Amino acid sequence: MQKSTEINQYKSEVKNLSFYYGTFNALKNIDMVLHDKKITALIGPSGCGKSTFLRCFNRMHDLYPGNRYEGDIMLYPDNVNILLPRVDPIEVRMRISMVFQKPNPFPKSIYENVAYGLRVRGIKQRAILDEKIEDALRNAALWDEVKDRLNDLAFNLSGGQQQRLCIARALATDPEILLFDEPTSALDPIATASIEELIADLKDKVTILIVTHNMQQAARVSDYTAYMYLGELIEFDETDTIFIKPKNKQTEDYITGRFG
Amino acid sequence: MPKELPSKKTHVGRLGYSYRRNLHERFIESILFLSALLSVVIMLAIVVMLVKESVVFFQHVSIWEFLTDTQWTPLFDDAHYGILPLVAGTVVSSVVALLVALPLGTIIAIYLSEFAPFAVREVAKPFLELLGGIPTVVYGYFALLFVTPLLQIIFPELPGFSLLSAGLVMGIMIIPYVSSMTEDAMRAVPMQLREGSYAMGATRFQTAIRVVTPAAFSGIAAAYILGISRAVGETMVVAIAAGMQPNLTWNPMEPAATITAYIVQVSLGDLPHGSVGYQTIFAAGLTLLLITLVFNIIGHLLRKRYREIY
Repeated sequence: MQKSTEINQYKSEVKNLSFYYGTFNALKNIDMVLHDKKITALIGPSGCGKSTFLRCFNRMHDLYPGNRYEGDIMLYPDNVNILLPRVDPIEVRMRISMVFQKPNPFPKSIYENVAYGLRVRGIKQRAILDEKIEDALRNAALWDEVKDRLNDLAFNLSGGQQQRLCIARALATDPEILLFDEPTSALDPIATASIEELIADLKDKVTILIVTHNMQQAARVSDYTAYMYLGELIEFDETDTIFIKPKNKQTEDYITGRFG
Repeated sequence: MPKELPSKKTHVGRLGYSYRRNLHERFIESILFLSALLSVVIMLAIVVMLVKESVVFFQHVSIWEFLTDTQWTPLFDDAHYGILPLVAGTVVSSVVALLVALPLGTIIAIYLSEFAPFAVREVAKPFLELLGGIPTVVYGYFALLFVTPLLQIIFPELPGFSLLSAGLVMGIMIIPYVSSMTEDAMRAVPMQLREGSYAMGATRFQTAIRVVTPAAFSGIAAAYILGISRAVGETMVVAIAAGMQPNLTWNPMEPAATITAYIVQVSLGDLPHGSVGYQTIFAAGLTLLLITLVFNIIGHLLRKRYREIY
């Protein structure tokens, strides 16, 4: 009984995950969990493997030859290891969306950008699209700014608006997990603040995993934090614990800025 | 203590102006400028020559007759100077060629850029470019002696010379130009855009059609325009395989002369310089230049409108 309630708190569980780019071992035996409807941050110095880890969750590494996963990423409540070769990465990506480091809107209108995920799922009915798109844009705090120009090219938006558009695009398909790969590193401080606020608001709806090189950002938005170094998970705990009384000396050195 | 470099000494106290270096730079710069100028001058010289000779032609033949007469028989006793039959031949052979080259070239480009494994691309691309290196006269005889007999099995009434056969082979000839430029344009689309599409659960095909193609639009338009210009200006294939009689027809199953084929015919010939018959080739050449100019302008406008933003 105890076991099942515990499982229900988890959206995903990473078990002994290793990852190889060809022969380079980029991730080493990682064990971690994603708590349901919580924000988990991945921090660590450049090259520590945090983006590589994030991109395992939507099987992004499948796009390039020579990449190899070992271990499990269990997705709940299905209780399926999404890294299994028989699991179609497209099915995984339909349930786990991603927002990239640099805003990458498609060369389409604002409306069609948000509609993209729905359209590739074969949804054509205008009424459904209209409703989903309005919801997604509202959830991404962009609706009021773009509602009168949904047919404009997405490139005409500012950088921060483009990133919120990418978040709306990712939200439109009702994902269960939303992955953020340093979503504010290409943005100015004001746009960054609005994106952070947005991420914090989204956690009622979706489980979030965010990579950030900005420790203040991790402290501000996340519930759980994982510190990674050279492909290993050094420490994983509640964000307050990590930032106030980390158990590991390496984590403490990194958090306090003595290193990294 | 390392020894001081000798050059260092010569620079001491000399923050002045090096005449020698400056002269050298100017010399290089003017050579570069003259090389660039040369292409502009040649272009202008061609235009001036065409216009000047055409003016002489149009003193004998009105522009109205040139544009509306339905016969082109400058070498006959009953001479007619209507460009329409030549334009029709050019349009029909080009349309046939483009119906082959644009779809096939695009499909090949999408395959090579988005689907082909590295090894396949490395082999296929040089072969494809080799196809573009075959002399056009070889394509001409390929059309006349291989493709036409093949087509005659399907269409027994097809004559020995036809726009269809010439157009098909011309299309095959143009494929490498279209596919190579289209593929370059598609490969230039940043990977993060593709990743954005895959991350939304799109398949390879959906990504290629819905994201990569529109993102590469300006490059693809440029490739298409180049293909059209090549089709309109192609000479050997049509001169050999489409016949040389001017014939006002929109039916690809008939033989007809294109503008280029006519120019070849007259240039080879025995017409005295200065005769109206001889002057016709300049009027025809000017028409050809104007047609390709229109396509280049359209291409330029398209490129400006859908300028790549990355």
